[in-house]
Amino acid sequence: MPTTRATTKDRSAVRTLLRLWPYVRPVRTRLFTAAFVAVVASCVGLVIPLVLKWMVDGPVADRDPAGVWLGALYLLLLGIAEALLFGLRRWLVARPLSHVEAEMRADLYRHLQRLPVAFHDRWASGQLLSRGTTDLMLLRQFLAFPLTFLLVNGVTILVGVTIMLLQDWTLGLVILIPAVPVMITCVIFEKRYAHVARLAQDQVGDLTTVVEESVLGIRIIKGFGRHRSQARAFRNLSQTLRGTELRKAGLLATIWSVIVTLPEVAIGAALVLGTVQVADGDLSAGTLVAFLSTALALRWPVDSIGFLLAMSQEAATATERYFEVMDEPPEAARGAGNCATSPHAPAPDNEGLQFQNVHFRYPDAPKDSPPVLNGIDLHIRPGESMALVGATGSGKTTLTALVPRLHELTSGRITLDGEDITAMPREQLRSKVAVAFEEPTLFSASVGENVLMGADDTAGAADLDRALSVAQAEFAHALPSGTDTQVGEQGLSLSGGQRQRLALARAVVGRPHFLVLDDPLSALDVHTEAAVEAALRDVLADTTALIVAHRPSTVLLADRVALLSGGRITAVGTHHELLRTNAEYAHLMSGTGEAEDDR
Amino acid sequence: MTAPTTSAPTADDDPDLPRPKDSADPTDPFDKDVLPTPPGATASLLRSLLTPLKARVALTTLLLLLQQAAVQAGPLLVAYAIDNAVPAFRNHDHGPLIAVAVGYLLCALVSGGLQYAFVLASVRVSQDVLLDLRGRIFRHAQALSIDFHERYTSGRLISRSTTDVESLRELLNEGLQELVTVVLSFVYISAMLLWLDPGLGAVAVASFVPLYLLVRLYQRRAVRVYRVRSTAIAAVIVKFVETMNGIRPVRAFRREAVNDTEFRELNRRHERVNGDALLEMARYVVGSRLVANTAVALIVLWGAYRVASDSLELGVLAAAVLYLRRLYDPIDRLGMFLNAYQSAAASLEKIAGLLAQTPSVPEPSTPVELPALEGDHPGREVVFDGVRFGYRTGGEVLPRFDLTLPAGQTVAVVGTTGAGKSTLAKLLARFYDPTDGRVLLDGVDLRELAVPELRRGVVMVTQEAFLFSGTVAENIAIGRPDATREEIERAAKAIGAHEFISALPDGYDMDVRKRGGRISAGQRQLVAFARALLADPAVLILDEATSSLDVPGERAVQRAMSTVLRGRTAVVIAHRLSTVEIADRVLVMEHGRIVEDGSPAELVAGTGRFADLHRAWRDSLA
Repeated sequence: MPTTRATTKDRSAVRTLLRLWPYVRPVRTRLFTAAFVAVVASCVGLVIPLVLKWMVDGPVADRDPAGVWLGALYLLLLGIAEALLFGLRRWLVARPLSHVEAEMRADLYRHLQRLPVAFHDRWASGQLLSRGTTDLMLLRQFLAFPLTFLLVNGVTILVGVTIMLLQDWTLGLVILIPAVPVMITCVIFEKRYAHVARLAQDQVGDLTTVVEESVLGIRIIKGFGRHRSQARAFRNLSQTLRGTELRKAGLLATIWSVIVTLPEVAIGAALVLGTVQVADGDLSAGTLVAFLSTALALRWPVDSIGFLLAMSQEAATATERYFEVMDEPPEAARGAGNCATSPHAPAPDNEGLQFQNVHFRYPDAPKDSPPVLNGIDLHIRPGESMALVGATGSGKTTLTALVPRLHELTSGRITLDGEDITAMPREQLRSKVAVAFEEPTLFSASVGENVLMGADDTAGAADLDRALSVAQAEFAHALPSGTDTQVGEQGLSLSGGQRQRLALARAVVGRPHFLVLDDPLSALDVHTEAAVEAALRDVLADTTALIVAHRPSTVLLADRVALLSGGRITAVGTHHELLRTNAEYAHLMSGTGEAEDDR
Repeated sequence: MTAPTTSAPTADDDPDLPRPKDSADPTDPFDKDVLPTPPGATASLLRSLLTPLKARVALTTLLLLLQQAAVQAGPLLVAYAIDNAVPAFRNHDHGPLIAVAVGYLLCALVSGGLQYAFVLASVRVSQDVLLDLRGRIFRHAQALSIDFHERYTSGRLISRSTTDVESLRELLNEGLQELVTVVLSFVYISAMLLWLDPGLGAVAVASFVPLYLLVRLYQRRAVRVYRVRSTAIAAVIVKFVETMNGIRPVRAFRREAVNDTEFRELNRRHERVNGDALLEMARYVVGSRLVANTAVALIVLWGAYRVASDSLELGVLAAAVLYLRRLYDPIDRLGMFLNAYQSAAASLEKIAGLLAQTPSVPEPSTPVELPALEGDHPGREVVFDGVRFGYRTGGEVLPRFDLTLPAGQTVAVVGTTGAGKSTLAKLLARFYDPTDGRVLLDGVDLRELAVPELRRGVVMVTQEAFLFSGTVAENIAIGRPDATREEIERAAKAIGAHEFISALPDGYDMDVRKRGGRISAGQRQLVAFARALLADPAVLILDEATSSLDVPGERAVQRAMSTVLRGRTAVVIAHRLSTVEIADRVLVMEHGRIVEDGSPAELVAGTGRFADLHRAWRDSLA
């Protein structure tokens, strides 16, 4: 989804990675201790060649058995220390780093749950998922290895070079010559690699999206026998990803070969020079052995810089991707700009659910496009139920989404019993308004839990039974484990009609003051629909309700009907009134009228 | 499936879809995400992935062999320089020293160049393996039948093809190189040490025994941890996907806090096993380092003793000591490899378990083609021949029945929710195969038709109108991928969708973004219809496909059916009796049986259930 792809800004990897600090902070003591331990362990590793030198030049040359024993003992002790320190380092970070990963994931999940619905409309969930999984794993690995080892290896190299300079400064300088070209290569490499790494991560996200959609849309793919073309599309995407990975590999191979070759050449030069000096008697053989041993011990730290940098770079782009989502502002706690709550006490004329000059345009819609809702004025009196009728795509669902503030109004206001919905906390608003969506989603929980979600915690079995009977969803009792049967993604799959009835039960279980139903009976057969309607009438008697309806049968549930057309409410009245007086309404309800006139 | 039956199907209300999934049964492999993996399946999966790349794996290994040879020559040159070049130089013989210089330079250049070639070659191998594996998972998941998908959950499938593939990627990208490097340097260095001094070499080789035991121990423990980890991350993903896909109800019902708690629990479980895995690794590192460093001390002690007693040259000891340090250098990396390997093995095991699932609706091995259409009728005859359908867990949904739908007939199927209408449709669309009997299309068993042929024959439009990422035009083109823009627009016009599509900001090229958030349910159903129209099948099944349409929309669909779709065999399942008006024939179903069968006029005139339904519907129009 190219729309979700931010352009790679020219931000330094270090600055990006610094944003991880708040997550790392709680475990900083352990992380720093671990890094310190790692440095000490590496230094111990560097001392070992010095002991060897001491042995070769001292006891071995002097044929001193006691000294040899002592040297071997030192070696053993240093070796044990090194092993324990390495283990200590890993032990120190194992749990904290898993914790950092988990915290970041929990935060992402938390934040995503609170981002505006418009955000979710825009972002494919595969892209979100890849940020929550692969990207975070990359970050954990970064904290575990590259971060520590860039430090450790840096210190190791510094100490090693110092030791070498102390042993023989000319040889030491020779060893240092390649440092400058290696650094330049690293800087150039870093820039290019960042770009390709970001590309690869985004492509992984796209791939995740295709996988997800192909699973969620499996019935359509099978219904049309399209699994081959779907597989082809997937293959193309994964081939693109392969191409990007190969480009990444090309860059990595280049830097790696530079990092391997240049220091090796320097070591060779030092060897030749050292040999000459030993031959001339300017240098002891033991010193040369120790010097080269140190130089060779530095090989791995130096070699590793290539892939450590690569991993850091990938971690930086993963961080960027993570914060791209985290930086999105969540739903504001209160309304945006509309806080001028009317000071009037709830007068009888503004009780109920009232829309006043409501305008709405999707925030990401082009500026010149007509708004979806263009001046809605509608008053639903307390206890009244209002059907909302309009042509397919006229904005009925959008209008219902405004009441629980799933979207924010562009302008105008909606009041519940005189109180502006933007003036109350969302929690409170959403507990007042119960909704049943067109698409009845059940969560992975028991039937009972799914229904009781609509009520506060005090609701019990009696409320559940009542709601199930209103929605004609008594089938729930006959499920394998009754109302404890697991449903949703990880449970029993129910038919569309069954899910719709449970969603309806969920909407009415809390005896809400305000009820918003989006075409709540579309998947029910005629008999069930009639039964639900009969039961709903009782509920609706004392509930202020807005009901989106496509059919006369649903419309008849309501006291009055509002016709939504061209972004405005163009007519309000009873079903029979409108049927007689409004041609558009008559057309929508019976399919006759206008359409016939057109011909 | 080995899961025992613990629950009876709920036939009284809705045998249509409630699939007895034994979800109350804690041993159900689906619930615990532990599908049985046949013994050896993991290894044979890995083998089958690598076999086609044998030549390149060999080349990659060769590159690495040569590179290691170049790298390992270093200490040898050091020994040569100290033992030969120094005395020679003292005697003003510069030859050996020049040889050392040239040799070292060559080694450096060659090892750098080979490093470059190796990285490229190895990444190519690993990327090809991943491409293959990703494709296999994807294709296999697509081939598995609907009932599998209903049980496995989308989150787990996503987890298999993302995080599980990712852990194989880590093994291939870093791990394999580690392994080869480690093994090679063990072999090289042991050989060098043995060659330099058999005694010292033997001690070094002997130290491999405790190292090997350590590795085995670690492996045994790690495999358990990683298995749990793979399941744990899949559970996290399932929850994540479910929340993001249901964000509207999550919001409206204030589930955020509850979800946070649930997610935290799943996440914490993953955190714990993740920590366990890292700690196993820490134990291994301590153990292996201890063995290695003790061995170094012993060898140096013995070597120094022998130098002191003049039975070993100083240069040999120096070289041996240099090699020794290198010998044990890669044991950490061996740990990293083992780590990557265990993690990948656990993931591969899960993937192999998925790939071992056989589609319950398999494609035929020797497909038959449908007979050519006779005359200008695009429709085909459908025969249900002694068909019976029950779920594997028992419970009969459709008792044995025979039914013939002549070519070109439009048949409406009505009945209460759960009468078996959808099951009938799914059998005809071959989403399921009948338990007994056959479903014939122009005399050919559906099971003998290859998928493309089957879908030229039968297409089903369901109530859930899912939109894929991409443009509106692309979504319609799913019906026939090679359709031109004109054909797509014609299909949209015929169904009455053209108007709203052209009113969209980019018209047909509008990106529907995520699951068509901005396209209403009714509009999505119109797109689904346009898709079906474009597919131009001989038999069209509409399973409650007009539920979200308003009356004019439904009329447009009906008009299309009587014009564009004229002559096709159509099975229409609808709650709305308005749809039934265009049918030639009505079947009324109840408890899985066809209880009434006749033309709409006949049935309305009668006294059966359909007459009742029709009256109720008439009243509702008032």
